[in-house]
Amino acid sequence: MSAPGAGLIVKTAVAASVVVLTNVLGNFSLSIGMRQSAVPTAGALLERVFSPFVLLGIALLMLWLLTRLTLLSWADLSFVLPVTSVGYVLTALMGKFFLAEQLSWQRWLGTLLIVAGTALVAATHPRTTPPKCGGQA
Amino acid sequence: MKWLLVATVVTATTLSDLLQSREMKRHGEITDFRPGRWARVMAGLFRRRYLVLSIVCMAISFFAFLKLLSVADLSFAVPATAASYAVEVVLARLVLKERLDWRRWSGAACIVCGVALLAA
Repeated sequence: MSAPGAGLIVKTAVAASVVVLTNVLGNFSLSIGMRQSAVPTAGALLERVFSPFVLLGIALLMLWLLTRLTLLSWADLSFVLPVTSVGYVLTALMGKFFLAEQLSWQRWLGTLLIVAGTALVAATHPRTTPPKCGGQA
Repeated sequence: MKWLLVATVVTATTLSDLLQSREMKRHGEITDFRPGRWARVMAGLFRRRYLVLSIVCMAISFFAFLKLLSVADLSFAVPATAASYAVEVVLARLVLKERLDWRRWSGAACIVCGVALLAA
């Protein structure tokens, strides 16, 4: 495992940031759209799927998917998953500040552990498998 | 109901991520980020059969997740579905042959514990 070059570090950081932000904002938007009615019937569900907040959420999650695929083209799954998990922290914070959900001390401790885990994995080289494994040139 | 939806999300997410990672490793590193070129590369990806299958899994996971959001808080739904983490990191080692050093193992362990606490 050689040290990653500056170019790889920068593009990994940029792609990971976009992955995190589009995911958090997408989920947040979906949550707003979905909580407008509490009746979980199939018809009500379908109606909510086409509300503006849900559509915005879907657009953001599509961007999330494509950016994540791009990141996975050079970074390991066992790198991408932990590093982008900092999004859980942002989601919990947004739930607290914008949706008035309660945050207990367990949740704050959980948040701290996730940040620590993210920092540990972010310090590793993004790729440990040879480029283009699987035999296709 | 809540936990059945969580189980669906976890299974579909794990399958989706493994397929995505495998296909993108086979595709090779993307280096051209000019919007037009990038869009073309992204469009080309959808000719890969296993990648399309991974999107199907993701869609299953997505709709189960939407349903979950309508019966549970966001700050329950997101952490609970992160149980796939532990499974995925182990499978990344076994199936994708990624080399995990102590920082990755302990980092992933921290996150699993943290996510479990978020759901508490």
